[in-house]
Amino acid sequence: MNTAGLLRVAFQSLVRNAFRSLLTMLGIIIGVGAVITSMAIGSGAQAAVQAQLARLGSNLIVVVPGSSITGGVQLGAGARQSLKLGDATAIQADVPGVAYVAPISSTNAQAVAGGNNWATSVTGTTPSWVSVESWNPAQGRFFTDAEVKSGAKVAVLGATVQQNLFPSGGAVGSSVIIKSVPFTVIGVLEAKGQSGFGRDQDDQIIVPISALQLRLNGQNWLGAIFVSAQSPDAVASVVSSTEALLRLRHALTPRAPDDFSVRNIAVVQQAASATADVQSRLLAGIAAVSLIVGGIGIMNIMLVSVTERTREIGIRMAVGARERDILMQFLVEAVALSCAGGIIGVMVGIGAALGTAAGAGWPINITPTSIVISFVFAALVGVAFGFYPAQRASQLNPIEALRHE
Amino acid sequence: MNSNGAVRKDRPPVIDVRDLHKTYRVGAEDVAALDGVTLHVASGEFLAVMGASGSGKSTFMNIIGCLDQPTSGTYLLEGDDVSRLSRDQLASVRSGKLGFVFQGFNLLTRSSAIENVELPLTYAGVRAEDRHARAQRALEAVGLGNRVNHKPSELSGGQQQRVAIARALVNDPSLILADEPTGNLDSHSTQEIMEIFHGLNEERHITIVLVTHEADVAAWSQRIVTFRDGQVLDDRPAAQRASTGTRA
Repeated sequence: MNTAGLLRVAFQSLVRNAFRSLLTMLGIIIGVGAVITSMAIGSGAQAAVQAQLARLGSNLIVVVPGSSITGGVQLGAGARQSLKLGDATAIQADVPGVAYVAPISSTNAQAVAGGNNWATSVTGTTPSWVSVESWNPAQGRFFTDAEVKSGAKVAVLGATVQQNLFPSGGAVGSSVIIKSVPFTVIGVLEAKGQSGFGRDQDDQIIVPISALQLRLNGQNWLGAIFVSAQSPDAVASVVSSTEALLRLRHALTPRAPDDFSVRNIAVVQQAASATADVQSRLLAGIAAVSLIVGGIGIMNIMLVSVTERTREIGIRMAVGARERDILMQFLVEAVALSCAGGIIGVMVGIGAALGTAAGAGWPINITPTSIVISFVFAALVGVAFGFYPAQRASQLNPIEALRHE
Repeated sequence: MNSNGAVRKDRPPVIDVRDLHKTYRVGAEDVAALDGVTLHVASGEFLAVMGASGSGKSTFMNIIGCLDQPTSGTYLLEGDDVSRLSRDQLASVRSGKLGFVFQGFNLLTRSSAIENVELPLTYAGVRAEDRHARAQRALEAVGLGNRVNHKPSELSGGQQQRVAIARALVNDPSLILADEPTGNLDSHSTQEIMEIFHGLNEERHITIVLVTHEADVAAWSQRIVTFRDGQVLDDRPAAQRASTGTRA
């Protein structure tokens, strides 16, 4: 029998038992739907995490002061005063693979502008900060190297600070008083939202590091040095070279512990993407189990169908059907079941994913790959689990089949 | 042989079986269902097979119909040895040379009359348009040209059996095998069905082998073979049927 004929016979047989066919397909529908929905949600979540991490700055390495030991009490990382502006300059000059270096020093202060005031953190840095953080002013401009050199009293506001101090706008050009020192607002940063760790990144004021050290903090120690590597591949070598350079500059003996520590955002990024990866694999595994269960359902119903239609098989054999004809008839029927289930499953999956996006507000990403993979898998399930019943049908003895009641 | 124009002596016999044996293993014992049957059926003959149940006539029909194979002996169908073929080769023989009519009609209940009649042609690889035309002609030949789209459940027993005959006829077989074709029918339908068989044999020279319990039905044939205990007990020309008047 030709393909069109086989398809027609299979289709007729499925339509005749429409309700049973639907129940049989349910396993496949749920399996395929689960694959598509879970992959849409998983991939959406992964993309969101990646985007968030990308906002932290690409290839970012953070050098912070080490812990300090005073009278046997070991304080946490950053407690020690060990990093100076010279360290930042040296990293920029001597470590290969470095793109930008931004020294960071910060303090908390009450900022006042007109009738408004706002408690925020004030960060002192250099213009490299823009490149390291991949963060540009939305209005006005960032300060220049010349302004850093001269210790100019200029400030760039985070979006949150701007909203609180200048609710009606007009921040750029106005004056902000920080710790009794008037600063001129020259720019407002793009709103960046919360960091991956829940901190409002827009709640800060950026000023030249020289201005912070001279006028607000009165000391020269750095809170951190942000270093960005030229490429993700360079991160590891930049980390080790920076460590070696700082040990040399701080004149540490070989046995002395580091008085600083070097941290790497890429590690966090890798961990996050590994987590998302494990999650998608887990979901895919559950979906695969569901598809296999669906396949067993198909096999079960096909075996029932072969038994029910034993006489039909006998008639077909008597009028000249070969083993292959009978095999193909039942195989095509099983595959038609699983493919129909696959198609309905794809629609259910897309619907469920869109529903989740609309209802729970989760980011989703329906990938064509997930649709293709789950549909192909469903079809293969039909072949795999339809083969045994079809094989059994084709091996029936025509005489006994004809005698079957 | 009778004075009948249908028999063609110039062709090889349609059925030429020699020393046919068929044994079944039941538990530890071998039971001989056929015990040395030798029989020739010439092209165009109308043969009736009679015998009690267990006489071996069903086994004989299954082997003649290429549904089963003998344990030993040979079966030449139109001169070709078909006693040692594979399952698929037997299927091809059934598809090309044989037509079956069963006691229980054995139609596909959910398919229309014409779909049932087309079935052998589908497996013979005939193109869809040709299938349809040939099935239509076969149904017209059995007087059901106006019932082609009826399902078996919408037809009487006699009509269903006529659909089955059309199905047996559609692939222009050399041999039609009918296993108690009137067993489920009333006397009126029996008459109708036997007239069709008679006509096919008389006008189209199709060889027919028909199993029956009923002497009336056997009387439509030219020759009656009686089985007992797996052997041919009796082989003689049928008595003349005065009632039909067509064959004397």
